[in-house]
Amino acid sequence: MAPTTKAAGDGSGLVEMSWDPITRIVGSLGIHTKIDFKQKKVAECYSTSSVFRGYSVFMRGKDPRDAHFITSRICGICGDNHATCSVYAQNMAYGVKPPHLGEWIINLGEAAEYMFDHNIFQENLVGVDYCEKMVRETNPGVLELAERTEAPHAGDHGYKTIADIMRSLNPIEGEFYREALQVSRYTREMFCLMEGRHVHPSTLYPGGVGTVATVQLFTDYLTRLMRYVEFMKKVVPLHDDLFDFFYQALPGYEEVGRRRILLGCWGSLNDPDHCDFTYRNMTDWGRKMFVTPGVVVDGKLVTNDLTEINLGIRILLGSSYYEDWQGQEQFVTHDPLGNPVDPRHPWNQHTIPQPQKRNFDDKYSWVMSPRWFDGKDHLALDTGGGPIARLWSTALSGLVDIGYIKATGHSVVINLPRSMTKPETTFEWKIPQWSNAIERNRARTYFQAYAAAAALHFAEKALAEVRAGKTQTWEKFEVPDEGLGCGFTEAVRGVLSHHMVIRDGKIANYHPYPPTPWNASVRDSYGTPGPYEDAVQNTPIFEENSPENFKGIDIMRAVRSFDPCLPCGVHMYVGNGKTVQTMHVPTGLSGLTA
Amino acid sequence: MGATETTATEEGRGGSQGGDEQPLIHILWINAGLSCDGDSVSLTAAMQPSIEEIVTGALPGLPKIAVHWPLIDFECGPVQGADNFIEWFFKADRGELEPFVLVVEGSIPNESIKQEGYWCGFGDDPATGQPITTSEWLDRLASKATAVVAIGTCATYGGIHAMAGNPTGAMGVPDYLGWEWKSKAGLPIVCVPGCPIQPDNFAETLTYLLYQLAGSAPMIPLDDKLRPTWLFGATVHEGCDRGGYYEQGQFATEYGRPECLVRLGCWGPVVKCNVAKRGWINGVGGCPNVGGICIACTMPGFPDKFMPFMDAPPGSHISSNASSAYGSVIRKLREITTKTVDKEPKWRHSGDRLTTGYRPPW
Ligand code: SF4
Ligand code: SF4
Repeated sequence: MAPTTKAAGDGSGLVEMSWDPITRIVGSLGIHTKIDFKQKKVAECYSTSSVFRGYSVFMRGKDPRDAHFITSRICGICGDNHATCSVYAQNMAYGVKPPHLGEWIINLGEAAEYMFDHNIFQENLVGVDYCEKMVRETNPGVLELAERTEAPHAGDHGYKTIADIMRSLNPIEGEFYREALQVSRYTREMFCLMEGRHVHPSTLYPGGVGTVATVQLFTDYLTRLMRYVEFMKKVVPLHDDLFDFFYQALPGYEEVGRRRILLGCWGSLNDPDHCDFTYRNMTDWGRKMFVTPGVVVDGKLVTNDLTEINLGIRILLGSSYYEDWQGQEQFVTHDPLGNPVDPRHPWNQHTIPQPQKRNFDDKYSWVMSPRWFDGKDHLALDTGGGPIARLWSTALSGLVDIGYIKATGHSVVINLPRSMTKPETTFEWKIPQWSNAIERNRARTYFQAYAAAAALHFAEKALAEVRAGKTQTWEKFEVPDEGLGCGFTEAVRGVLSHHMVIRDGKIANYHPYPPTPWNASVRDSYGTPGPYEDAVQNTPIFEENSPENFKGIDIMRAVRSFDPCLPCGVHMYVGNGKTVQTMHVPTGLSGLTA
Repeated sequence: MGATETTATEEGRGGSQGGDEQPLIHILWINAGLSCDGDSVSLTAAMQPSIEEIVTGALPGLPKIAVHWPLIDFECGPVQGADNFIEWFFKADRGELEPFVLVVEGSIPNESIKQEGYWCGFGDDPATGQPITTSEWLDRLASKATAVVAIGTCATYGGIHAMAGNPTGAMGVPDYLGWEWKSKAGLPIVCVPGCPIQPDNFAETLTYLLYQLAGSAPMIPLDDKLRPTWLFGATVHEGCDRGGYYEQGQFATEYGRPECLVRLGCWGPVVKCNVAKRGWINGVGGCPNVGGICIACTMPGFPDKFMPFMDAPPGSHISSNASSAYGSVIRKLREITTKTVDKEPKWRHSGDRLTTGYRPPW
């Protein structure tokens, strides 16, 4: 059957188009759209996920100490973030505070996860959207201009023109593409030094880690870290050149993937000098995190108080395949400080799957609709893929100051020390004008430098402990009969929370909320669309192709800028219903042996 | 590509590889079982060989391949437009791709236990507009595939998503197709378990299969659980560098210590997996060898038969107690020997006399 375009049956002149499954993301996501080819705009967008596994269902009744091993399996690229978050929640529930060294080791592992994951996603998944091959197929005019445009930072990264940068990103053939794959490997080695193996850690436990802390451990890490530091001195200017070029080549490109600034960051990388994992002190130790938590609305910091953030979380339904849990038993009526807890809060959620036909006018996804209630509105926060929200929140709070990193109130300054062939280098990430695709991608690169800089600090702290003979990495604990825990961290792609309730020494309720449920969420009970839907609906089309040869690159750039981590599909409406006859030979990883 | 455009029909003959006798082998990868994509991600870490080396045929004798792998595929076009990724699966279903290898990641839910809808789908059915379930893809494609490969413990045996109490009735590919199932080329299902797979284990199995399909390797040797025997023949314990502590009866009572972890939850002695010996990536990392209890993530009984993970395996008490008893004697004896071998022989010294036993001939 030859693929055909299909005019929307509603007489609107829009063309229906869908990407399902979307490639070069993690998991299965479908984007279904209606496109207005006359106006060169996406008119409607629905995000759908077609895989349900049911973690919160099968975790009930299990031993709470199994939680981090199990929840790690939620995600194959950031599972360790889940394991970490679960360990945080368990530490709170068991009332245990790991030795400092154990915490520095987790921070080093998680920093390596950011370095690995952002690198492979940016260069080998997103990068392909900006590679020479793709630009040639979608905007030949832009490629011509790129050939003529000298890269302003050629001296730092070695690529003379923007088109040279694009060529280096071509799958497999591109030099930089292949280098990035190698970088994704030694950063995973760094990760494995601290957490055993990737992506599901073997050495993480409530109470600390099983990693044997020796001088060798940290030397092996530090050696690789400095190679990465050197790599970042090339990558930050390279991406600045590439992304700045798009604004220049395609006036108006800032509108691609743009949405209102509604960003959430739950903070990450605890400071063991302050973090005691008690709920009571969470507001204080939350503000000491090396990435500051925060909710940013229209460019203003609404709060950086983790307790307030926690209490504001609401899980709405509306377009998802679940039965509502209204009227079901409430596990937690008040938090440990006596604040009331809402029935729609994850501590009180019941997950009741109800598989049914997909209907874009009604229920169409396995993803729910997490929202953040500011006292007035249920805000559809996004994470922008993680980095943009983390940098934004940290910059505005102005609390982080560790030499390698300083938050100024309007920017984040990252200082990288001298490395083998490059001098000391300072990068400053300044709060951007927009929350759009390009700025999400740019922030991803800057955050890689941020993670490396933070890791330098953690490595120094850890080595100081080892040199002082304080090599204990784990602390004993007891599992209580009744207990409550919550964990907050920043997964690679953004906000991550785990909420656990223990009864009779077993898990009575457990609800993890990763970033993608926020970003890929669907129209809620108030009709508010989720962030992908919202961002794609505003996306103008710059692609030069006719509807027949249309790839939807701008839509894909908008979606991938969020670094989706699940099956997602967009249905777009494109044109006049012509039959598409040409197919391409295998591409990408395909046909290269020819 | 781009320059090499061709019609869908030409395509079906296996690509325009111009005069080459060896057929192009397509690899169709379905990541939409109940999975986390961790096996896809893990494979990008492989170095022996790496994915770049596999797809460019950098090892001598590897056949030409075209990989249709959602994680890093270039193709990203809409279902109704150019470069539609899912179209390759429809082609295979129509018999237009020959030969192809089907890789399945994630467990297969039971779609018959509910009224309507789907637990997991991959692409849409143009006729109904509804997702095509992963099980339906298996029904459509398994009989047409030259080989079916299950990657990860979910796809092989059900894994974490098939845990007791799960709502989806998840199972592994052999449970779904039948353990005795054979491809049209006579190959059994090839299972590479691991949660996730150890990167090189999968890269190596894939390479082996490609050599086999190219006619240069015999039938892949699999055990009764369909695992490659050269990778899963030994236990974790047999390859664990803490085995010495075990033998000497030295057991850690706290995580973070270098001794054997059996009393803290390690299942290594009864688990078939090579990670402790091979390391995780480039020889770095692992599980019990670096302080992480083995939770048996490669096994058909995973996870239920090994939970709670942090409790000592019930069978381990007797053997570890026995080892504690004789281990302490062995340790005493070794201490004595250690003292001796920790000293240099007496002829290593300065001075004007040679005492090594050498007699000059003059
Ligand atoms: S740690 Fe586990 S695998 Fe290693 S020796 Fe002990 S029981 Fe065996
Ligand atoms: S050693 Fe155990 S936990 Fe580690 S990969 Fe092998 S089976 Fe899984």
